[in-house]
Amino acid sequence: MTAVVAEHDDHHDHHDHGPEKGVLRWIFTTNHKDIGTLYLVFGLIMFFVGGAMALVIRSELFEPGLQFVDPNFFNSMTTMHALVMVFGAVMPAFVGLANWMIPMMIGAPDMALPRMNNMSFWMLVAGVLLLASTLFMEGGAPSGGWTFYPPLVFQNGKSFPFAIFSVHLLGISSIMGAINVIATIFNMRAPGMTLMKMPLFVWTWLITAFLLIAIMPVFAGAVTMLLTDKFFDTSFFDAAGGGDPVLYQHIFWFFGHPEVYVMILPTFGVASTIIPVFARKPLFGYASMVYATGAIAFLSFIVWAHHMFTVGMPVAGELYFMYATMLIAIPTGVKVFNWTATMWKGSMTFETPMLFSIAFVVLFTMGGFTGLMMAVAPVDFQYHDTYFIVAHFHYTLVPASIFILMAAGYFWLPKWTGNMYNEKIGRLHFWLSAVSVNILFFPQHFLGLAGMPRRIPDYAIQFADWNMVSSIGAFIYGFSQLLFVYIVIDTIRGGTGEKVSDEVWEDASKHSLEWTLPSPVPYHTFTTPPERIPTEHF
Amino acid sequence: MSTHDSYYIPHKAVWPVLATGGLMMTLAGFANHLNGSSIGPGMMLTGFVIFLVMLGLWFALQSTESESGMYNHGVGISYRMGMMWFIFSEVMFFAVFFGALWYTRNLSVTWLGETGLPSGPGRSTHDALWPAFQAVWPTNGPGKVGGDFEPMGAFGLPFLNTLLLLSSGVTCTWAHHGLLAKNRDQLIKGLIATVGLGFLFVAFQATEYYEAYHEMGLTLGSGIYGSTFFMLTGFHGFHVCVGAIILSVVLFRSWKGHFTPENHFAFEAAAWYWHFVDVVWLGLFVFVYMM
Repeated sequence: MTAVVAEHDDHHDHHDHGPEKGVLRWIFTTNHKDIGTLYLVFGLIMFFVGGAMALVIRSELFEPGLQFVDPNFFNSMTTMHALVMVFGAVMPAFVGLANWMIPMMIGAPDMALPRMNNMSFWMLVAGVLLLASTLFMEGGAPSGGWTFYPPLVFQNGKSFPFAIFSVHLLGISSIMGAINVIATIFNMRAPGMTLMKMPLFVWTWLITAFLLIAIMPVFAGAVTMLLTDKFFDTSFFDAAGGGDPVLYQHIFWFFGHPEVYVMILPTFGVASTIIPVFARKPLFGYASMVYATGAIAFLSFIVWAHHMFTVGMPVAGELYFMYATMLIAIPTGVKVFNWTATMWKGSMTFETPMLFSIAFVVLFTMGGFTGLMMAVAPVDFQYHDTYFIVAHFHYTLVPASIFILMAAGYFWLPKWTGNMYNEKIGRLHFWLSAVSVNILFFPQHFLGLAGMPRRIPDYAIQFADWNMVSSIGAFIYGFSQLLFVYIVIDTIRGGTGEKVSDEVWEDASKHSLEWTLPSPVPYHTFTTPPERIPTEHF
Repeated sequence: MSTHDSYYIPHKAVWPVLATGGLMMTLAGFANHLNGSSIGPGMMLTGFVIFLVMLGLWFALQSTESESGMYNHGVGISYRMGMMWFIFSEVMFFAVFFGALWYTRNLSVTWLGETGLPSGPGRSTHDALWPAFQAVWPTNGPGKVGGDFEPMGAFGLPFLNTLLLLSSGVTCTWAHHGLLAKNRDQLIKGLIATVGLGFLFVAFQATEYYEAYHEMGLTLGSGIYGSTFFMLTGFHGFHVCVGAIILSVVLFRSWKGHFTPENHFAFEAAAWYWHFVDVVWLGLFVFVYMM
């Protein structure tokens, strides 16, 4: 918890200089804001890459029969869409926010380990490049699903080892990023910033970082076994040698379930940061929010086999995983009620970040409820691998994680750039997204309950109507996201022309430290620690 | 305030991105090699050399900066946390392979030999595919994958290796005490002994592997026993090599007089890593060799 920052170059010292000029600034940067920007821009680009893949899927499913792509390419698209969105878009975008906001929220001069921060970003790029290169290989990109289940995954062509090594690089990137977050939060807080005074975004990221360090090595180990099974004669997942393909599923979901919380916990953190500002009230139940986040993180490690109810498990296992999974509804419910109670009797205004946040509370709750439905083992036998699960996790990711990432963009862009975004276009973006996301995903519940399997390029004609509706929603949703790109570029280049105050939002500086800094934020902040710690969130 | 009281923030990092490029090239080369492409090995080697050189330059820079007093107490704490949580991630990596050993040994092999309840998890597989298979450990599975083999006993080289690693843990701590007591002679002797014991361990393990492959018929392809045996001990052996190399660098820096009783993060990090490798070995000795 040291106070003052010293600045050094390799050769000479000079104090308080701004960024370097040219492209090398971005390649060699160790500045948390630069690296945050790199992550966010990378995440946004990947959001559109993954989105384009989603539109290929929805085009093919617009009508029954094979329209545009061959089935193997279709399967590549479902696999790559998932991998790109999870590892290329959502996770990097939240790491970008962590880089930008955590040092500013806890009054630190930078992240604790700046050089490793740089490496962490470039490892991500390296991993995604390896993954993307598979699109152009003999046999196409991986097409066995993002879960890489053996023995199906072994049927991939030349892409197989590239996908495995891509996972290794992405894992290294995440672990380094997570270690950095932990060291920053534990070691770099300004004097007076006790753990229970940290903004909730910082808390959720701290817990997320622990999840990442615990699970990414597990995924790396699992795919390493895949690699040796295919190329080095091992029998981990081969019953003839005494192994078991189900072993892979256990290991994968031991990683995979906490992994989905890696994407949702920072979402909770941002929502808990935005809602109090626009409700003009302190966050309701700050401490319970912290404990609920911890509880969710703990539970995430002991529920993994609810992804495997139909794979074959002793009944005792089915029952245990069913009840354990249902327990998650309790801390999650605490959070939803706390957000609602924060808004209760608040002097609410509905700027774009708040609109996205409220939509998140409502639509995420719906995604949570369908999750509860599928936790019931006997009914899961009906839902498993249908469009119902597709609808469920897209409700927890698109109108939740993605909406909150958009909200974060609108919320902090004025702080970052010093310019105000165009509120009218922002609201248009929100309403188009909020309506179309429901046209896109709600009908998939019906399709799933009626029995339409996921990951198929063609389907029986009784599913035709709702698929068409869903595809129309997908195109509206996809293209309306271009408005966000327009707004980001427009805001960086001056926005509405109105210069924002340091606080940007009314009384925001009561909630969190970043609003006490000038807008736009200087290249180096809190080189001396802040004198006052905001305590509004109690 | 003097620089001494402040948290050092470097401004530009050249080596991390280049090291990343090297690692990516290594892995892309390895993938190409596995796909049967002839450019694979060359690409892999070039990438790996780049990776190592860049890491070397990076660590050299860190060492120079540390020697010029740029790191204060706070920086030291960040580094220690970084190392601690890195080791935790390594623990999780080994946990996967221990988990696979536990699962196959206690569950999947048992199920494949299932003769109990008709509704037992593996009963149908057992009856339909391998009715003659009986669950025993060690096994190379009902398909006798890899042919007949002799399992590795615990009380030959492996027991010797246990003694080696345990004593290397003692010498490492002895060196640390020397460092704290400003006894340079003890520090350097302790480190030489630790590094020596580490490499001796690796040499013994190499001998053990040689015997397994050439005399016992035990290979990576010997079903689930061979898979778990070689992957667990192999990854551990790799970590011993890395640990011994790190300790060699620490030895070199000790010889140059870099460390003081107050400021010796590199030594501590290496020692932690070494003890971690030690503990993993004890797990291996019990669960892989003895049981």
